[in-house]
Amino acid sequence: MMYLKLAWRNIWRNRRRTLITAASVFFAVSLAVLMRSLQHGAYDNMIRNAAGMYLGYVQVHHNGYWNDKSLNNTFTPDEALLKTLDIDPRVSTVVPRLESFALASSGNQTKTALVIGADPSKEASFTQLNKRITQGTYFSAGEDAALLGDELAKNLKLKVGDTLVLLGQGYHGYTAAGKYVIKGLIHFGSPDLNREVVYLPLQTAQLFYTIGNRLTSITLNLFKPKEAEIVARSLSQKLDKKYWEVMDWKQMMPQLEQLIQLDSSGGLVIIGILYLVIAFGVFGTILMMLAERQHEMGILTAIGMKPYKMGWMIFTELVLMVLLGVLAGIIASIPLVTYFKYHPIRITGQAAEAYEHFGLEPIFPFSTNPDIFISQGIVVLIICVMLSFYAWYKILRIDAVESMRM
Amino acid sequence: MIVIETKNVTKVYEGVVPVTAVDGVSIQIEEGEFTAIVGPSGSGKTTLLNLIGGLDHPTTGEVWIGGKNISHLSKNELIDFRLHHIGFVFQAYNLIPVLSAKENVEFIMLLQKRSKSERISRAKELLKMVGLETRMNNRPGELSGGQQQRVAVARALASKPQFVLADEPTANLDSNSTAQLLDMMHDLNKKEKMTFLFSTHDQRVIDRAERVIMLEDGKVVGSELNG
Ligand SMILES: Nc1ncnc2c1ncn2[C@@H]1O[C@H](COP(=O)(O)OP(=O)(O)OP(=O)(O)O)[C@@H](O)[C@H]1O
Ligand SMILES: [Mg+2]
Repeated sequence: MMYLKLAWRNIWRNRRRTLITAASVFFAVSLAVLMRSLQHGAYDNMIRNAAGMYLGYVQVHHNGYWNDKSLNNTFTPDEALLKTLDIDPRVSTVVPRLESFALASSGNQTKTALVIGADPSKEASFTQLNKRITQGTYFSAGEDAALLGDELAKNLKLKVGDTLVLLGQGYHGYTAAGKYVIKGLIHFGSPDLNREVVYLPLQTAQLFYTIGNRLTSITLNLFKPKEAEIVARSLSQKLDKKYWEVMDWKQMMPQLEQLIQLDSSGGLVIIGILYLVIAFGVFGTILMMLAERQHEMGILTAIGMKPYKMGWMIFTELVLMVLLGVLAGIIASIPLVTYFKYHPIRITGQAAEAYEHFGLEPIFPFSTNPDIFISQGIVVLIICVMLSFYAWYKILRIDAVESMRM
Repeated sequence: MIVIETKNVTKVYEGVVPVTAVDGVSIQIEEGEFTAIVGPSGSGKTTLLNLIGGLDHPTTGEVWIGGKNISHLSKNELIDFRLHHIGFVFQAYNLIPVLSAKENVEFIMLLQKRSKSERISRAKELLKMVGLETRMNNRPGELSGGQQQRVAVARALASKPQFVLADEPTANLDSNSTAQLLDMMHDLNKKEKMTFLFSTHDQRVIDRAERVIMLEDGKVVGSELNG
């Protein structure tokens, strides 16, 4: 207790230096936290956007579907598969889908459409498709009704209540044709989807394609998106690889994964440089502390204090000083990060268009994941511990007589 | 009983020109002595006290403290030996500046791992003895040079050493404070039977010593009893 008191008082011997050191740590930590929080918030948002909007975190297909998305690669969901998925405690929702392309037309307008047969209630609970309705109402199972991307509706000059005609090729080369009442218009962040998407209730779509109860995919929503990779791996171990392929979002969207990796390492380089600068500052403080305490440490060794105890004392002082900056940095960044979590930064202009092009919302909510704060604090403390090796090295070889001359 | 004995102790500082700072010194200090080591600047007083205090190793010869040869102890063993057997007072800046007088005295007992209650009561008692009962909670910066030296003496005694070594304890003090400090040390010598060995080249201090050992060029050139 006395040692802690001693260390605490010692750091205030040179108030200005302590404040400057703590302030530099403060700025580094708060900047690093803000930056990481922005990055992770943006990544989480991108993943949530991309996965939560449609693809899901994990998908199960008939083996080969991903590379050849044709109706020939559909499958009948058998009991065993559904059971395996149902009992997995990490899976929150199991969403069956049948998707293929068709021509959508009205009058003399014709556009290519991505026709998705979806289970209305499951789709609502996972992708919250019902919340995307901008006009009209949501559909329900078995209806001969469609939901249209608002851009597609505009291009086809259709509105709620009008009839949409779909033409395409069904299973085994049958001609697929159908008329559906437009129950609602939906809006996606991605302009591509807005331009193409047509949702039909699953059975309606299966009838349209005359495909029985076959599906193109089963999409899984997870309680913890971070577990996607593990879940995918364990499922593909359980399921026969000959018939099934299981993919996580990283496999389905490798570009997104690469983009995140690249951006993240860029951020880490900047933080590395930031901390390097701070490390030099802290090292300077250590050098000054050792120099001005030389005589005192000589006296203390002379009267019988073991150098390792002095080492701990200096180390404690250093940790207290740095901790002051770390805690202040974390405390100061919490309200900022929280604010930007709920009031995300929104970019505009060309950059925004680029984001929208990839189906991502051009917003940057910050992440309040405690890992970010903790890891920055730990990194700074590790730097501090490493720098303190020099102090230990110096103190452990202190010579009482020589030091007292100083 | 002999507390301190040096047997033909020599200290040579190696260098371009080696310096023999202490040259074949053999002295004996009995328990209860109040002895000054005197000599001109550079005569080897500090070097000799450092050898006796286990702060430095002799080049040749032996230093015996309380019947134990300390010349071959390792650096770490010496630190422990000093903590438990020798009280130190240096010329100046003896104290930890951020601790109060009382805490400075307590600190050495903390190093000795004494109980908190013993630390507090002994620190108070000793500071009273050196006449600082009203300044116990002041930090060194708030004390005069003489008062600081008295705290240093109190700290030296706190560890219950076999003797107190003081290298020019009055060098930075005016004549008033010098007289006061010596009175006090002499008092402790008499009342507590504490052995004091100090160095000085101040004639007024020399006059107060009961025994004087004279050094010149690292050699003992005389030893006399005062009074
Ligand atoms: N670390 C050292 N390296 C080399 N020579 C030294 C060292 N310490 C002391 N000396 C030399 O040893 C001799 C004795 O020095 P010492 O400090 O013991 O003298 P002193 O009697 O204490 O002098 P003063 O009264 O000035 O304090 C001097 O010639 C000094 O220059
Ligand atoms: Mg000297």
